[in-house]
Amino acid sequence: MTQNKMEVKDFSFTYKGAAKPSLRNINLPIERKKVTALIGPSGCGKSTLLRSMNRIHDLYPGNKYEGQIMLHTEDEGHTDILTLKKENDFIWLRQTVGMVFQKPTPFPMSIFDNIAYGLRLQGEKNKAVLQEKVEKSLKDVALWKEVKDRLNDDARGLSGGQQQRLCIARVVALKPEVILFDEPTSALDPLSTLAIEEMIFELKQDYTIAIVTHNMQQASRISDYTAFMYLGELIEFDTTDNIFTAPKKQQTEDYITGKFG
Amino acid sequence: MERIFRIISQSSATFLFFVLIATVSVLYLYAKPAIEQFGTYFIIDPRWGVEVTVKESPTKAIQTTPSSPQASSEPTTTPTEEENLEDEDTQASISDDENLDNLDAGLDDDLGGEDIDAQITSDDEDDFEANPTNAAGEKTEVVYGGAVPIVGTIFSTAIAMLFSIPIAMGIAVFLSEIAHEKLVAPVGIAIELLAAIPSIIYGMWALFYFGPFIASIFGGHSVSLLVAGLTLGVMIIPFMAALSRDAINTTPDVLKESAYAMGATKLEVTKDIIFPYAKAGIIGSIIISLGRALGETMAVAFVIGGVFEFAKSVTDPTNSIPVVLANNFAESSGLSMNALFYLALILFVVSFIIIFAAKHYFLRRNKL
Repeated sequence: MTQNKMEVKDFSFTYKGAAKPSLRNINLPIERKKVTALIGPSGCGKSTLLRSMNRIHDLYPGNKYEGQIMLHTEDEGHTDILTLKKENDFIWLRQTVGMVFQKPTPFPMSIFDNIAYGLRLQGEKNKAVLQEKVEKSLKDVALWKEVKDRLNDDARGLSGGQQQRLCIARVVALKPEVILFDEPTSALDPLSTLAIEEMIFELKQDYTIAIVTHNMQQASRISDYTAFMYLGELIEFDTTDNIFTAPKKQQTEDYITGKFG
Repeated sequence: MERIFRIISQSSATFLFFVLIATVSVLYLYAKPAIEQFGTYFIIDPRWGVEVTVKESPTKAIQTTPSSPQASSEPTTTPTEEENLEDEDTQASISDDENLDNLDAGLDDDLGGEDIDAQITSDDEDDFEANPTNAAGEKTEVVYGGAVPIVGTIFSTAIAMLFSIPIAMGIAVFLSEIAHEKLVAPVGIAIELLAAIPSIIYGMWALFYFGPFIASIFGGHSVSLLVAGLTLGVMIIPFMAALSRDAINTTPDVLKESAYAMGATKLEVTKDIIFPYAKAGIIGSIIISLGRALGETMAVAFVIGGVFEFAKSVTDPTNSIPVVLANNFAESSGLSMNALFYLALILFVVSFIIIFAAKHYFLRRNKL
């Protein structure tokens, strides 16, 4: 087993109908049980890259991938996820590489069902097991105390921060190996942001994490590695300490010191 | 500005309210003689326009004589009243409120005050109004009952809904989730065109093509309850599909993506995310279509047969309330017209109850 959980190799991505690729020749390792942050100005392709890593782009036909994205798992060994074609493979990929979105997206069902949903999709029918796993993942995201008396209420009645933690709990319940966060705190207040950052820090012990963020302080607080992207290219990748204290490229330095972006 | 804006919107809402009240009261006032004549037995009485011999009792013979001019005078007095009512409505000002109420009260007095009530209640429970004696020297009477059209309306609408809901949902899901985007625009336009076709055209098509086609499959007549129901279904499918598609399209992409990101398939996303999310809109589209089906006249008039008999099987001809109203209204007068108004009132109440119940039930459930 390599040190890396995922490896993006010579990856290019073209949106449907676009003349030029949105991502060009990206090479990026995602290290096992570490937090890798993707930073860069809006439109630089960081979300596009993240969304390629569980192939959510495939919901909309016509997008083009080139290169390789390797995923290393114990069950399946080394897989180039860009070669997956069958629906079952996609389901496997998406349950192995979970994703949390920018806005909280509670499903239109009860709090309990929101978390049990993915487990039921996996085929879990035993009520006691479901109950136990739901409780476990709600505790993992520090939401259990707040919602244990209202598990059967509509999840849309929770506050924004609670909803986002619920969405993370939903992903955690599936026991994925990688969790992708696409600007998970951009719609939240500072306190909820702090709660989620602390949670990501906890989750790092068990999961490999990649996070897209606009917030450079956030990247410096929670990540081990940082990749700076600009206009569809990966400018610099290094440990977070190096990126923020001694960037090698001028562009990176300009961005993190706030000269542009 | 703010005040004017508020007054305008309030008076529009008030106007709607008074139109509703005026409609109901006109229906009720015209239906009143028939309601008093037949009572609630009307609803389960399958006879329509049947002449019945009345058993004579001495007390009755005396009382019936003044009742005849009474009954015939109603149609002549009431239309003028109605005109007034409508004029008032169109002016749509808030002050109409009181006028209308007064007018309603006045109307009530005109009809009820002239002791129809007293006269009919003294008819000692007899449901029949007496007519002059016939050739054989017996008293006869025409009886009206609404059971056949009421049952016909309910069943044809039920058939239409059973037939159209699955198909309309299929079309809506296909258009919003499955179809290739090059297909979406043309199919969508086709659906909207179909929804805009006047119902009489569906009726003509059904009479000459669809009815015989259904009859060749299921047997029976080419005009029947089944054909009427299916024609209604075909008619409301595009309507329901277009509205449901719009409701389904309101589901945010990111919500669907997060379900796919958990490993859900298209079927699971549709079933568990899209339908629950768009539930209120979809139920709304079904209710609107249901209302359309209940009140549909022309398409049904062509294919239901228009006979006052219960359909013994779905392939038999029968009748429905709007069709009875349309076919018989021109030559009706007196009690038969009152009976038609009674039917109209029943249709109104049935639609109201069904729509209200459906809305209440589903939207309550929507909140989990």
